[in-house]
Amino acid sequence: MSATLEVKDLSTHFFTRAGVVKAVDSISFSVERGQVLGLVGESGSGKTVTGLSIMGLVDRPGRIVSGSIKLAGQELVGLSERDWRTIRGRKIAMIFQDPMMTLNPVLRIDTQMIETVLAHADVSRESARERSRQALSRVGIPSPDERLTAYPHQFSGGMRQRVAIAIALLHDPELIIADEPTTALDVTIQAQIIAQVQKLAAETGTSIVWVTHDLAVVSGLSDRLAVMYAGRLIEEGPTAEVLRHPHHPYTLGLLNSLPINNPQGQPLNQIPGSTPSLLRLPPGCPFGPRCSHRQDDCASAAPPETSVDHGVRLRCFHPVARQGALA
Amino acid sequence: MLAFILRRIGQSAFVILAMAALVFLSVFAIGNPIDILLAPDADQIEREQAIVRLGLDKPMWEQFFVFLVNMLHGDLGRSFVHGSDAVHLILGRLPATLELAIVALFLAALVGVPLGVIAGMKSDTWVGRSIMTGSIVGFSLPNFWFGIMMILLFAVELQWLPSGGRGPTGTLFGLEFSLLNPAGWPNLIMPAMTLAIYKVSLVIRLACAGTREALLQDYVRFARAKGLSRTRIIGVHVLKNILIPIVTVLGLELGSMIAFAVVTETVFAWPGMGKLLIDSIARLDRPVIVAYLMIVVAMFAMINLIVDILYSVLDPRVRITETAG
Repeated sequence: MSATLEVKDLSTHFFTRAGVVKAVDSISFSVERGQVLGLVGESGSGKTVTGLSIMGLVDRPGRIVSGSIKLAGQELVGLSERDWRTIRGRKIAMIFQDPMMTLNPVLRIDTQMIETVLAHADVSRESARERSRQALSRVGIPSPDERLTAYPHQFSGGMRQRVAIAIALLHDPELIIADEPTTALDVTIQAQIIAQVQKLAAETGTSIVWVTHDLAVVSGLSDRLAVMYAGRLIEEGPTAEVLRHPHHPYTLGLLNSLPINNPQGQPLNQIPGSTPSLLRLPPGCPFGPRCSHRQDDCASAAPPETSVDHGVRLRCFHPVARQGALA
Repeated sequence: MLAFILRRIGQSAFVILAMAALVFLSVFAIGNPIDILLAPDADQIEREQAIVRLGLDKPMWEQFFVFLVNMLHGDLGRSFVHGSDAVHLILGRLPATLELAIVALFLAALVGVPLGVIAGMKSDTWVGRSIMTGSIVGFSLPNFWFGIMMILLFAVELQWLPSGGRGPTGTLFGLEFSLLNPAGWPNLIMPAMTLAIYKVSLVIRLACAGTREALLQDYVRFARAKGLSRTRIIGVHVLKNILIPIVTVLGLELGSMIAFAVVTETVFAWPGMGKLLIDSIARLDRPVIVAYLMIVVAMFAMINLIVDILYSVLDPRVRITETAG
């Protein structure tokens, strides 16, 4: 059985006046049917651009320069805008970070839902409305009939994100790209939304790419974890394995900087330095200058992708020893 | 919604009252109409009679009170010059100005909005840049110069359009409108375009800025992620958001076009209200000036009211704050 999503050697570059920004640089991963992939990284690591690339929503001056994105075997790179439109919203849906901004403030919820149904299905307005109503109750919105005629500002943040999820689920997509959908919500709502998405995905067999900077969120949610740094995938593997035995010093640094892994009363751990500008990457391994395991050969060439035990892929010359991981 | 409208009407009434005082007092302060109205060789008795006849012998507060009471009866005085009712005089000229302004308004919206949206969508291409450059030209051209150049080109050189005046008209409710008679349309084209050129530029700039801003919003990205067509995203999601400032500005501009189309009306010898105002000022015909200003104030108050109502139709958030407050 082929995977729902197969991304191979994908590169998305932005051609700016200051130079070429390699926001996504030759990354590969796949997501099986019904599985959740956590795509983790700091701001500017390329995780959002990866999500947008899969949606075909990269705008100029950026474009996909090479690689392949296959959805259930169908190649998406190179599709015409018209063909893309039949994929977006129907086979791949996307949920964005800020539910305050993703719904159009001046259009009623029913308008925004019905138009989504009608964009991909040849049905009457009435049945489109009915489908929207069902979608709202499916994501746990009480009295969906009333809520359909409401405007976005009449909903709370969590409810708006539920509406966005309901819209994403209207066509039972094969894949949902969730771009930090819980970052703007408070923790209790966050947990509800995550549980909701998990349940719905399990019901429908939808695969999810969950983009986030929050390791705590994906640790309980994802089947596999992919860590991005400076546009590259530096470590990818089963979530439990990556969390328990991080191989890449950057992954280890991320885990150590979680407040929960920090002894009480001690200053919080942090990775020294800051993310490099994608226009002026250091030679060799981009993480080199900040890395605690750095050796001389790190600056000479970028480490190639290697497979290590337990299904983990890695880009590092000097990975963290297995024993040296978290207690 | 009803409470909202009633409160806005109350506000409008207060504005009109305040303006009445201001207008009356300021016009009272300029010149002595008797000097202009009477022949230079009129004797003292004739002067006294004229002063009493026009009510100028009474103290100012009494004149103002009489003015207010009459105003509430819809009477804004008689023209010193024409001897006829000032309101009638002005309203008789209103249709000509009104249709000019409305045609100009539609031109501004129908030309300005699409051009502005295109310029906003293609802001870094030559299409977008030339539209924006063109709008700067429209901003900076003096109205009268544009009018005169159009007359030179289309009336004198090409002889396609009449150079001025109001052509044949049709009648509706006893009022004359050029719009109702196709034979009168050629006369309307050039004055309306002259009046519209500045507004077109204004609308282009507003629509362009609005579109550029809207296109960066997450709701546009989400709409694209839903697989909507470009037409629907631009025509519904973007347009409805950018229309709010455009409606506001166009509403105010409609008022100023009706009230102050003086220059355009003069260039094209268009028999509208602007021409009447200029003549009345020259002759110190106080009642006409006051009546004119009062009508303009009432009109602005009404346009603002309509704009506010339109606003709440376009933007649901306005409605909520109003009912809650």
